[in-house]
Amino acid sequence: MSDRKFGVETLCLHAGQLPDASTGARAVPIYQTAAYVFDDADHAASLFNLQTFGNVYSRLMNPTNAVLEERIATLENGRGGLALGSGMAAQMVALLTLLENGDELVAASTLYGGSYSQFDVTFRRMGIDTRFVNPDDPENFRRAITPATRALYAETIGNPLNNVLDIQAVADIAHDAGIPLVIDNTFATPYLCRPIDHGADIVVHSATKFIGGHGTSIGGLLIDSGKFPWDNGNFPSMTEPSAGYHGVRFHETFGDFGYVMKARMETLRTLGPSLSPFNAFLFLQGLETLPVRMDRHNSNALDVARHLQAHPYVEWVKYPGLENSPYFDLASRYLPKGAGGIMTFGIRGGRDAGVRFIESVQFLSHLANVGDAKTLVIHPASTTHRQLSDEDQIKAGVSGDMIRISVGLESIEDILWDLDQALSSACG
Amino acid sequence: MSTHKGRGEFVDDIPGIRRILKNNSRIAVVGLSANWYRPSYFAAKYLKDHGYRIFPVNPKYSTILDLPCYPDLHSIPEPIDVVDLFQRSERVEPFVEQAIEIGTRVIWMQLGVVNDTATKRAIESGIDVVMDRCMKIEHARLFGGLNLFGVTTGIISSHRPETLRQGSDRQ
Ligand SMILES: Cc1ncc(COP(=O)(O)O)c(C=O)c1O
Repeated sequence: MSDRKFGVETLCLHAGQLPDASTGARAVPIYQTAAYVFDDADHAASLFNLQTFGNVYSRLMNPTNAVLEERIATLENGRGGLALGSGMAAQMVALLTLLENGDELVAASTLYGGSYSQFDVTFRRMGIDTRFVNPDDPENFRRAITPATRALYAETIGNPLNNVLDIQAVADIAHDAGIPLVIDNTFATPYLCRPIDHGADIVVHSATKFIGGHGTSIGGLLIDSGKFPWDNGNFPSMTEPSAGYHGVRFHETFGDFGYVMKARMETLRTLGPSLSPFNAFLFLQGLETLPVRMDRHNSNALDVARHLQAHPYVEWVKYPGLENSPYFDLASRYLPKGAGGIMTFGIRGGRDAGVRFIESVQFLSHLANVGDAKTLVIHPASTTHRQLSDEDQIKAGVSGDMIRISVGLESIEDILWDLDQALSSACG
Repeated sequence: MSTHKGRGEFVDDIPGIRRILKNNSRIAVVGLSANWYRPSYFAAKYLKDHGYRIFPVNPKYSTILDLPCYPDLHSIPEPIDVVDLFQRSERVEPFVEQAIEIGTRVIWMQLGVVNDTATKRAIESGIDVVMDRCMKIEHARLFGGLNLFGVTTGIISSHRPETLRQGSDRQ
C-alpha cells in the first residue's frame, strides 16, 4: 500500500488545509489573533519547550499562515515551509539561519537588485561576505568556494536578465563542498520548476509575484527540502544545543524538518519579519489558480516574444522560451511547461525611445513589479537602475534600450495592440 | 495491531499508521532518556500528554516523567501494545527478540533507526513494524499539530480533521 500522489492542480487547491474543525468552514479562515490561550501551566511549558506542537504567538505561527506554509512546501516537494513578511525577509531568514559572522556566501551576480544589495551591503556589514560569480558557468561557483563558504545562492530565472540556471550542476558543486544550495524560485513558481527535484536544498520565493498573482500583498516563503545532511560537521548550530532556543538540538529533535524549525524558532522569532494572516489568506487565493494562470502567462509571453522578435522597431528579445535564446536548452530541461511570463527587449533608438515607449502605453502598467495578472512594463535604465553609472548599468546587464515586460492575462490581441501603438509612438 | 494470519505487516502509509496510533495505548519506550532536551524525552512526554500510557525502559534510571522505569521489557508487569525503540540501528535486534517474547503487537523504530533483519524477524512473528519514523511526529501529522508548523502532512481530504481517540488530546 502507498499513499496517493496527487497532481499539482489538486495540491494547489487542497494541500495543507482541512475544513475548519469547529465550524466546518470550507474556505481557509483568517485567524486574526496575536496570541492563543494555554490550557494550564504544564501545557504552556510543553509548548515553549517544543515538546508539543501548538500555537503560542502569531509572530511564530498562525493557523492561516500554516496552511500557506504547508501548501507551498507540498508544491515544492519539500518537507516544511515558513511564511515571511516579504521576499527579502524570506531570503534573509533562510540565510541567517545558516550564516554567522565570518562565514561566506557564493551567489550569482545576476540576482534581483534588492537581493544583490542585501548580500553586498547589509550582510557584509554583519561580517558575512558574499562572492558574486557569473552563473552561466556552474564551475564559477566551485572556484569561489573557500573553507568559510556555508551556502550557494542563485535564481532559477534571473531578474532581469532571464538567464536560466543549471540547477543540478550547481547543486552537485554545493554538495561536493558539504553545503546547501539555496534557490530563489520566484520567476518560475513551483508549477514551472521544482528546484528541490534538481538537487536544491532550500527554496525561497517573493510571494508578491506569481504566487499571489493579484499584486495586492507583499510576502515571502521559505521551503526546506528536508534532504540536507546537517550533521556533516559544517553546521554545528544545527546539531549543538541552540543558544537561541532553550538548548534544543534542532537536527536531532526534528530530523528532516530541523532546519525550518530553526528558521522559525530562532531566526524568525528573534528578527520578527512575520507575514500577516490576512496577506497569507490572499496568497492562498492566488495559489488556487496558479496552474491555469501560469499556462496563460506562458502562452501570452511566447506570443509576445515572437511578435516582438519580428517587429521592425525591436533590436533584440531575451526570453528563454525562444529557440534562439542561449538559455533555450536549459529552459527545455528545467522549465518544460514554458519559460514564464517575463522578458526583456531592446527598443530601436535607445534610452530616449525607451522613455517615450513607457510614456505611450495605454493600459499596460508602468511600475516596478512583476508577476501580476496585469501586464507590467518598466524601463530599468531610467527607473530601477537610474542611480548606476552607464558602466555599472552595463555590468548589471541593463542597457539604455532595455524594456522589461511581465506579460499578463489580458486578451493577447490587446497586449500586442498596446505594444505596437507604443512602439510606433516611440520610434515612428 | 497484528493480523489474524499470523504474519505482521510493514506499515508505512497513512491508513496503517493511523490505525496503529488509534488502536494501541500502552507504549514501552526503550532507551528513553531522562534529559528533557533529548528527542526520546520530547516524544514520550508528548505521547503521555496525548493520553497514551508510557512505560520507560532504561537500566540507567528508576523513574522518568514521574513514571517507574524498567531495566528491560520483561520487567514490565503489564501487556504492552507498542515497543518504541530509541536505539542505534545495529543494536535493535535483542530488543526485537524481547518484544516478540512479551507478545507486543507493534514494534516502532524511531526516526533514523533502520534494521531490515529485525523487521523481517518481527513480521514473521506476527508483529506489525513501523520503521524510521517518529511516533510523536506521526501522531501530530495525522491528528493535528504538525500542520500548525507548516510541515507537510500528506493529507488531502474534504472532511473535518479526525479527533483523538481519547476524546480529549490531554490527560
Ligand atoms: C527574484 C526576486 N526575488 C526577491 C524579490 C524580493 O521580494 P519582495 O519584494 O517580496 O520583498 C523580488 C522582488 O522584486 C524578486 O524579483
